[in-house]
Amino acid sequence: MTADTVVGTGLVRHGGRKFSDYLVFNTDHKVIGIQYLVLAFTFFIIGGLLAELIRAQLAVPNNQLVTGSQYNLVLTLHGTIMIFLWIIPAFVGAANYVVPLMLGANDMAFPRLNAVSFWLLVPGGLLMLASFAVGGAESGWTAYPPLSVTTPVGQTLWALALQFIGFSSIFGAINFLVTVFNLRAPGMSLTRMPLLAWAIVATSLIIMLGTPVLSGALLLLILQRLLGAQFFTPGGGGNPLLWQNLFWFYSHPAVYIMILPGFGIISEVLPVFARKPIFGYKLIAFSSMAIAVFGFLVWAHHMFTSGMDPFLRVPFMVTSMIIAVPTGVKIFSWLATIWAGKLRFTTSMMFALAFISMFVIGGLSGIFLASVPIDIHVQDTYFVVAHLHYVLFGGSVMALFAGLYLWYPKLTGRMLDERLGHLHFWLTFMGFNLTFFPQHIAGLQGMPRRVYTYPPEFWALNLISSIGAFLMAIAVLPFLYNALRSLAVGKVAGPNPWRAFGLEWTLSSPPPVHNFPTPPVVEGDPYGYGERPVPGTRVVPAPGVAGGGE
Amino acid sequence: MSETTSSLTVHGRAASATGLDSAKLGMWLFLATEVMLFSAMIAGFLDMRGRSPADANHVLNIPVTAVNTFVLICSSLTVALSVASIEQGNQKRLRTFLLLTLLFGGTFLSVQVFEYTKLIGSGELTPWNSLFGAGFFAVTGLHGFHVFIGLIWCALTILWASQGKFSAQNFMRVEVFGLYWHFVDVVWIILFVLIYLM
Repeated sequence: MTADTVVGTGLVRHGGRKFSDYLVFNTDHKVIGIQYLVLAFTFFIIGGLLAELIRAQLAVPNNQLVTGSQYNLVLTLHGTIMIFLWIIPAFVGAANYVVPLMLGANDMAFPRLNAVSFWLLVPGGLLMLASFAVGGAESGWTAYPPLSVTTPVGQTLWALALQFIGFSSIFGAINFLVTVFNLRAPGMSLTRMPLLAWAIVATSLIIMLGTPVLSGALLLLILQRLLGAQFFTPGGGGNPLLWQNLFWFYSHPAVYIMILPGFGIISEVLPVFARKPIFGYKLIAFSSMAIAVFGFLVWAHHMFTSGMDPFLRVPFMVTSMIIAVPTGVKIFSWLATIWAGKLRFTTSMMFALAFISMFVIGGLSGIFLASVPIDIHVQDTYFVVAHLHYVLFGGSVMALFAGLYLWYPKLTGRMLDERLGHLHFWLTFMGFNLTFFPQHIAGLQGMPRRVYTYPPEFWALNLISSIGAFLMAIAVLPFLYNALRSLAVGKVAGPNPWRAFGLEWTLSSPPPVHNFPTPPVVEGDPYGYGERPVPGTRVVPAPGVAGGGE
Repeated sequence: MSETTSSLTVHGRAASATGLDSAKLGMWLFLATEVMLFSAMIAGFLDMRGRSPADANHVLNIPVTAVNTFVLICSSLTVALSVASIEQGNQKRLRTFLLLTLLFGGTFLSVQVFEYTKLIGSGELTPWNSLFGAGFFAVTGLHGFHVFIGLIWCALTILWASQGKFSAQNFMRVEVFGLYWHFVDVVWIILFVLIYLM
């Protein structure tokens, strides 16, 4: 096999033995996972600095720190980067690392395609930064025409960047689906898979069916900008709602691309630190699939005020609210999982618990927004900004950190410092709520989003938001320091520091290049806490597995 | 590369929990993404068609494109025959039918380029002078791009065939290429009906 023979040197390698292995076209899923995570975190910092600039501008009314046009550019790049270059690739990176291990596979189904998926992100990210340098991408991440077809050249680079990122997503999704279907270890039936694998199946199906529609829409946008075709402009006979329909056909399901892997991670974290089996395994697995299906039937709820057929609002309102049912099923299953458990409040667990409570707030404001009369009132106000940050930061990012704190020992072989972890958690949690909770109120009072200044009566709420945003920026520092310092001086983790089930914990930390020397055989459900001994800690490890637990 | 029946082995471990070949499953999933891409483009085109004059497509040359469509359908036949040939281990027929596929596909694309040149050159239909023109060039252009990719893929498959990389037990790459080629042909038949005949 080519992948096995190419090691050590050159630009095509397999396995992470030394630092330079992480800088080249590497076909090892574990290396690619870390490449994704590092790239995504870099863009988290960039997108975060853009957010700080937004909050600095909005700290006082009638501020002249940036012009309206610069402000549009900053908010567009903030939104696009956080969605397409932080949350989505960070989840892909985490899943790339752990899902093959969880399934007992030695790599992804298509290792070279996997590396291609990652390396497509690099031109995508560079084009995105170039669009910022050139200027012009001022349309917001939703890029509604006519603004998005009249803005300067940076908008074209922005659209090209998204094409690269879209291809990366599509190839990744195909790879994940084939991996999960075909590379499961003997005995791992679909209903013995860890729930993260189920979440990745649902996510990949959404990417597969949604992202090509965005590719088509972006193609039309680019053709209009370059050739002067009039797809989206009424003056030339075109239809601005065509863009909105195509865009939201992808971009509403895309919010589930950004949250379902988080649901999967939470389903992994809670049983470990509550020492109980997951409650409602099948309900959680099937509700992910239900969300993937219903997610495609709700897109027009973003267009209630766009001039769509008023009658059609009602079915879209109903389908949008139906999504709350499978989501509620998950929330109650998680609550039942931690109910009467032996909870260990590790940093990972803290982020997971914060995820549940913050996501419920974001979910509830989502039901408000799905309701036509309320949406007409608060459309394009800060209420929407508050809602989307409660689900994307309070949900997705909290889940990402829960996962990073859980698997960092597996990735690096070292433990993170828990005191710094708790500092990171509390600063993030407080900063987040200070930033975004007041925005609910500002929105209900009528403060519009995407405007670079505001009347003085909104000052107090905005100042609180800006102070919160500053706290969130500070919160990243203990995490960065902890993650880098622990690489060198963190406590040695051993194979299974959390005494967790899951095949990834039966291997050494970090796992050997080719994962499982002998294929593992799976005999039970993945969450047998309190029901049977944890492998690798109380029983003799399987042949070829290094180490023996705590 | 020690491929036996397929490209399925990962780290030497033959693995398929479902019994499906990974390469073929991956290709089917890829074609599902292509279906969504063309569905979006066709939906967009129909919206544009509805906003254009009813006779907007009268400038298109239906007889020439009908013959061209027939040529493309012939290429689907030859690619199917190439798979059938290698299934029986017939290397020579494999190469012949792949070459015919390349020839038919190349003819189709050449006629399309000729059609574009004529339409834009005469100014009868351009991407910028009408919404119908914009939709026409966007959708047929995307399809033409897929044919172009298919031709490169076909040429590569011919190269591999001439290097003797395929046998009656190992022809997954031919089959996967065939799936893609059939898909591109089916899309064209839909586009021909929607754009030229409707």
